[in-house]
Amino acid sequence: MADFLIYALLAGLGVALVAGPLGCFVVWRRMAYFGDTLAHSALLGVSLGVMLDINLSVTVTAVPLIMALGLVYLEQRGVLALDTLLGILSHSALAAGLVVISLLPDVRVDLMSLLFGDLLAVTKSDLWVIYGLSAVVLALLALLWQQLINITVDPELAAVEGTNVALVRTALMLITALVIALAMKVVGVLLITALLIIPAATARRLARTPEQMAVAASIIAMVTVVMGLAMSWYTDAPAGPSVVICAAFLFSVSLCRRQST
Amino acid sequence: MAKLLVALDKVNKSFAGKLVLENVSIQLKQGEITTLIGPNGAGKSTLVRIVLGLLKPDSGTIKRTADLKVGYMPQKLVIDPTLPISTCRFLQLANTSHQACHEALESVGIAHLAATPIQELSGGEVQRALLARAVLRKPNLLVLDEPVQGVDVNGQNALYRMISDLAKTLSCGVLMVSHDLHLVMSATDQVVCLNRHICCHGHPEQVTQDPAYLDIFGQTTALYSHHHDHDHSLHGDVLGDGHEEDCDHG
Repeated sequence: MADFLIYALLAGLGVALVAGPLGCFVVWRRMAYFGDTLAHSALLGVSLGVMLDINLSVTVTAVPLIMALGLVYLEQRGVLALDTLLGILSHSALAAGLVVISLLPDVRVDLMSLLFGDLLAVTKSDLWVIYGLSAVVLALLALLWQQLINITVDPELAAVEGTNVALVRTALMLITALVIALAMKVVGVLLITALLIIPAATARRLARTPEQMAVAASIIAMVTVVMGLAMSWYTDAPAGPSVVICAAFLFSVSLCRRQST
Repeated sequence: MAKLLVALDKVNKSFAGKLVLENVSIQLKQGEITTLIGPNGAGKSTLVRIVLGLLKPDSGTIKRTADLKVGYMPQKLVIDPTLPISTCRFLQLANTSHQACHEALESVGIAHLAATPIQELSGGEVQRALLARAVLRKPNLLVLDEPVQGVDVNGQNALYRMISDLAKTLSCGVLMVSHDLHLVMSATDQVVCLNRHICCHGHPEQVTQDPAYLDIFGQTTALYSHHHDHDHSLHGDVLGDGHEEDCDHG
């Protein structure tokens, strides 16, 4: 098997591993739109990185992180309904990213690979970054797990019982931003939320506890990555969309099963 | 003398320039049941959230005893159906053992529902589960925001009895928001009638004779009638020109 294929597989599996549990929170907390917003801001991160000649990994990670903090702040101020706010930020960030890229005359950026991922171009150093950050994310999720579930179920009850809700919520936002920066390489800006949501939604039908659902979502996401890469290999279709198609396929299969309670 | 758990002194709170609580002072004591009554939009929930520390008042002081441990029963529970969680696990989020959770469920009579997903419980069962979680941590103050909401009349009586029994067992203080003073009357030590400011407070017998109370709840109190120093529109806004100024306080 070619090296690039092994790298692609390992990268995809690494991201899928964390996309499972995090995707569960995106589903439980109805944060899908939030994920989109962060993903779109990652594109702006690419543009700014190219423009300012900074390492792209840095800007792609930094911009969503800053965006996440900004959203936490704006949400607490309660200026507008959250979905309106997200709609404004999400599309402004996407538009700004696209405009900035088009304004850079000498640079050729492969827009398609940004929008839909470029799994087959993953390098060895990318792998280190992906597994390093995945480990950090998994450790944080494990550490905060009980509190994260608690603020998801009822933030006020959690607060009265002594959980620092604002801190835990901010941590979740930042973790989401990190995973999105990671997942961008695999499925691209436009499809990141799909990789988070679809495996989690599929896992819901198999799980009786939050933990079961998180583990199942991870496994399903990993299976999806393997299927998607195989599909891409044999049909020459782009890898990112293939992965998402396979995820959607597994989800529709799961609909045949009665939901476990 | 009963130990003072929480004392609010001249607390004011407004949202978007609209005064919701004005000069509110209350004291919650160990072993004493305080019932908060008042019309919709009177600021009852706001006051509860200030007591709980979920909201900060604009002015005024709050004193809490150092060993205060609050058990809170919110008005309702909304959990996304995509989150698979059993009733027992819901209780365990309060950070306690499996054993303690089963005992708490037992004490509110729904031990048989421990393994049932919490989203599948009926309205009354959810209230019991919330009550179980509130008493789980052996609090010295129980705060209950309309604990019988969505429960039928028989269930309401049972739930109130359960609350006063549990409060006795724990010998804790209770702050309870209620719409219907009749049901809670017998078990209540102190009634606070709130309509943005405290209209009147005291023992139930005393309060039900108070003109301010009668103005709000009417003579019979069977029907919920509201005749205060202002009227509310259907949307709950205070209408400008109130009728006769018959509230006997500033």
